[in-house]
Amino acid sequence: MYRVFNVISLISIPLMITIILLHGYIKGVRLYDTFIEGASDGFKTALRIMPYLIAIFVAIGIFKESGALNMFSNLLLIPGRLIGLPREIIPLVMLKPISGSGSLAMVKDLIYSYGPDSLIGRIASTMMGSSETIFYTMAIYFGTIGVKKSRHTLICALIAHLGGVVASVVVCSIIFN
Amino acid sequence: MINAIWFFMIVIGIIFAIMDGRLDLINEVILEDTGEAVAFAIGLTGIMATWLGLMKIAEKSGLIKAVGKVMRPLIKFIFPEIPKEHPANTAIVMNIVANMFGAGNSATALGLKAMEELQKLNSRKEVATNAMAMFLVVNMSSVQLIPLTVLKIRADAGSENPTEIIATTLIATGISTIVGIVSCKLMEKE
Repeated sequence: MYRVFNVISLISIPLMITIILLHGYIKGVRLYDTFIEGASDGFKTALRIMPYLIAIFVAIGIFKESGALNMFSNLLLIPGRLIGLPREIIPLVMLKPISGSGSLAMVKDLIYSYGPDSLIGRIASTMMGSSETIFYTMAIYFGTIGVKKSRHTLICALIAHLGGVVASVVVCSIIFN
Repeated sequence: MINAIWFFMIVIGIIFAIMDGRLDLINEVILEDTGEAVAFAIGLTGIMATWLGLMKIAEKSGLIKAVGKVMRPLIKFIFPEIPKEHPANTAIVMNIVANMFGAGNSATALGLKAMEELQKLNSRKEVATNAMAMFLVVNMSSVQLIPLTVLKIRADAGSENPTEIIATTLIATGISTIVGIVSCKLMEKE
């Protein structure tokens, strides 16, 4: 199974590229020149997002490394108990919206500590795949285009994250018990 | 909002570091994480340029319009403000596809392209539109179809059935995306 999925994931990007090039070729687009024309914008974008990336990396780094993140996790202990969220997973719930690489490391740690086939291991695995890092994505995407007022984006993203957390716990508890 | 969050994350972090007597942490983070940020942006340049080049081809060949047309019913429901055949349609669709197949950096490049297209439709350049908020929420809540990295970790850890979490992940992702879309629809009126 894992192999099959791996192959599907591997071919998706080359397939998109092939379709684009093939379609362009058939329609008589000057492929190489047009590619260069578009690609030159890539550098501008990369430069533009750099200050936003630095700002958000510094804030996340300080917040996480100082232990502040772990303290804030304790705030979720009581609401977590209501939905049957194992307390070992609470730091992950907090970290997920903030740091993608950090939460992957935490999932790895949980899986190795409690076993991949334990309920904790399964919930952590499910949760990892069900939401994206919020603060970082928002900072880069809005920063790049110069939007300063994000309106309801953050609150809706957090609600969706919460929905994903509750769903992960409930679905795993039902399916794996 | 981001101003307040940024401020509090740093100040609270510094206070915690002081209480722990580990003020050296702050210097370490500033040195290492900023370097990481720059490296990431530079690493993104190549993939960004590649996709913007390909998107330019797709734009000239008419593929962008075609994809926009096919995906119209779905897009129209979630993003009613985006005009038919606008390049934003295709950038959004391609971003979602790249996301689904776990091509993280390609997805970021296409997502940024989508945001730029959405910004062209924006009359107040410093305020997010409903479509932008919706796009980001959908983008952040619907991730990989097959969470390969997690599967790999599970397999390495000796799981009897590493892929058993695919179904639960899909259900959880689906629910979080629906919750996100509904909450956006409810809150988007000004």
